Amino acid sequence: MSFITRGFSGRRSERDPRLPPGQTLVGDWPVLSAGPTPEIDADEWEFVVRTENGDHRWNTAELQALGMEDITVDIHCVTHWTKLDMPWRGVSLDRIFDEVETAHDYVMAHSYGGYTTNVPLEDLLDGKSWIAFEADGEPLTPEHGGPARLLVPHLYFWKSAKWVRGLVTMPDDDPGFWEQNGYHLHGDPWQEERYW
Amino acid sequence: MTRRPTAWHTATVADIRAETPTAQRIALDVPTWPGNDAGAHLDLRLTAPDGYQASRSYSIASSGDGTRVLLAVDEVPDGEVSPFLVHDLRVGDEIEVHGPLGAFFVWTPPTEASPRPVQLIAGGSGVVPLYAMAQAHAAAGDPSEFRLLYSVRTPGDLFFADELAALAASGAIDLDLVYTRAAPPAASTPPGRLTAERLRDAVLPAARAPRVYVCGPTPFVEAVSRWLLAAGHRPGDIRTERFGGS
Amino acid sequence: MDVLDGNALAGRLTDLLGWDATDSLIRCRSCGDGGAVARVAVYATAMGTVARCRSCDAVLMTLVDAVGGRSWFGMPGIDALEVRRA
Repeated sequence: MSFITRGFSGRRSERDPRLPPGQTLVGDWPVLSAGPTPEIDADEWEFVVRTENGDHRWNTAELQALGMEDITVDIHCVTHWTKLDMPWRGVSLDRIFDEVETAHDYVMAHSYGGYTTNVPLEDLLDGKSWIAFEADGEPLTPEHGGPARLLVPHLYFWKSAKWVRGLVTMPDDDPGFWEQNGYHLHGDPWQEERYW
Repeated sequence: MTRRPTAWHTATVADIRAETPTAQRIALDVPTWPGNDAGAHLDLRLTAPDGYQASRSYSIASSGDGTRVLLAVDEVPDGEVSPFLVHDLRVGDEIEVHGPLGAFFVWTPPTEASPRPVQLIAGGSGVVPLYAMAQAHAAAGDPSEFRLLYSVRTPGDLFFADELAALAASGAIDLDLVYTRAAPPAASTPPGRLTAERLRDAVLPAARAPRVYVCGPTPFVEAVSRWLLAAGHRPGDIRTERFGGS
Repeated sequence: MDVLDGNALAGRLTDLLGWDATDSLIRCRSCGDGGAVARVAVYATAMGTVARCRSCDAVLMTLVDAVGGRSWFGMPGIDALEVRRA
C-alpha cells in the first residue's frame, strides 16, 4: 500500500564497491543499544574465559600484557551501515587462546548488563578477532562499549559484544540475545546472513 | 469504552499553519478514519523514492467521530521526519498514517456518578494529547474537575494558547502555566524550571485521588512521576506517555 | 537515544497482533513487577525494539523487523500477555 511521499528523501548516503550487499557507507558511528549503558569500574574490570576445564581470568593490565596491536578494519552493522578503514587497538583472541585449552567449537560472549552473542571458535581465531580497548585512536566510550568490547569485524557488528565481560566455550552453537529473537546464528555480511 | 479499529489510512493535508516559531498545526482529512479517543496517537510513515521509509508517532490534538485529524508537530533539530513536516509538507500532499493507536493513554467521559478529578501535566509538545482530553471533557459536558499544568520555555512556545485560554475562561479547566526560560511581564512568578514544590502547589493533592496524565519528554515525565509519588499519589493513578526527539 | 515507554509499541503491536496491546497486563518473570504494557521501558533502534522491566531491567519483549515483511515478536521475560477482546 505504501506510496512515495512527495518531496521526502531521507538522510543522504554514498555507495562504495567495498561494501557487502545491502550496506551503505556512513561517516559517523551510530549508537544502538538494547538497554541502559552499564557503569563499569575500570579498576574492577576483569575478563574471564570459561571452558570445560576451568576458568582463566585477566585484569586490564594482565590482558593488555598479552600484546596490544593496532589494526584497521571495516565494520558492518546488520542495520545496513558500514564504516571502512576504522582504526582499533586491542588484544588478539589468538593471544588469549594461547593460554586456553578447550575441545568445544563454539563460544558465547557475555557482557556486563546481560547481553550475549554466540560465535564459532574458528571465527575468533587466526587473526579474526580482538578484545578492543580503543577505537578511532581514543579509549572506547561507554556508549560504544567501553572499557572493552569484543571485535569480530568479519561478522555483522552485533557479534562484536559491547561491555564484554568474558567468553564461555560451548559444544553447540547456542543462540545469544539477538539470535534468539530473529537474527541469524552466524551473521556473515558477505552472505547477507541477517535473519533466521 | 468503544474499541475503534486500527488500520493504515491515506491522509490528505487539508490545512497547515504556524503554531509556534518551530511548530506547525497540521489538519489531515482521512476519509476512512473511524474516529479516535482523546489522547490517542497515530504513526506517520514517509517513503522516499528509493523505497526508504521513516515512521514517527504523533499525538492527535482532536478526538471524536469525525474524519479530520489534527496534529501539532514541533521541529526537532537534526530530526529526520519533523523538519520535513514543518518545512516541506504542503496542502494537498498525501501521507500514510496508522491509527488510531493508544489503548492506555486515553481519556473518555466517565460513567460513574461521582467521577474522580483529573490532573493533566504537560511538558512542551506533550500538551497535545492532554489538550485533546481537555477539549473532549468540555465537548462532552463532563462535570468532573479538570486541571492542566503546562510547562513551556516561553509564552511563544505555547501550543493551542487561545483555545486553552478559552477553556479556562469558560470554567471547563483550571490552567496553570509554568514558564521555564522567559515569562510574560504580568506573570506572578519569575521563569524557572518546574520543581517538586511548584508541582505540589499547582496540582490536585493526593488526598483528592485524581487520575493523573503526564506527557512530555522522557526527563520531564521521569521527574514529574517521582515528585507525584513522593507527594503520595499512587502509581496506578498515574498514566504517563514519554516523547522522544526526531 | 531516548528511552520511551510502552505507548510507543502501540503501532507495531497492532500490526503484529491485530489489536493494541498497550493496555494489556503483563508481569516480569524476573522480579514479578506487573502492569500495563504501556509502562515498560522501551529501547528502540534500527536493530529492533527491546521492552525492559522498569524495576529490574530484565528484557520482557522484543520486536525485530526484517526488510521484506518478516517480523519476530519475542517474549523472553513474561509468562503471558493478556488479550483484551473488544
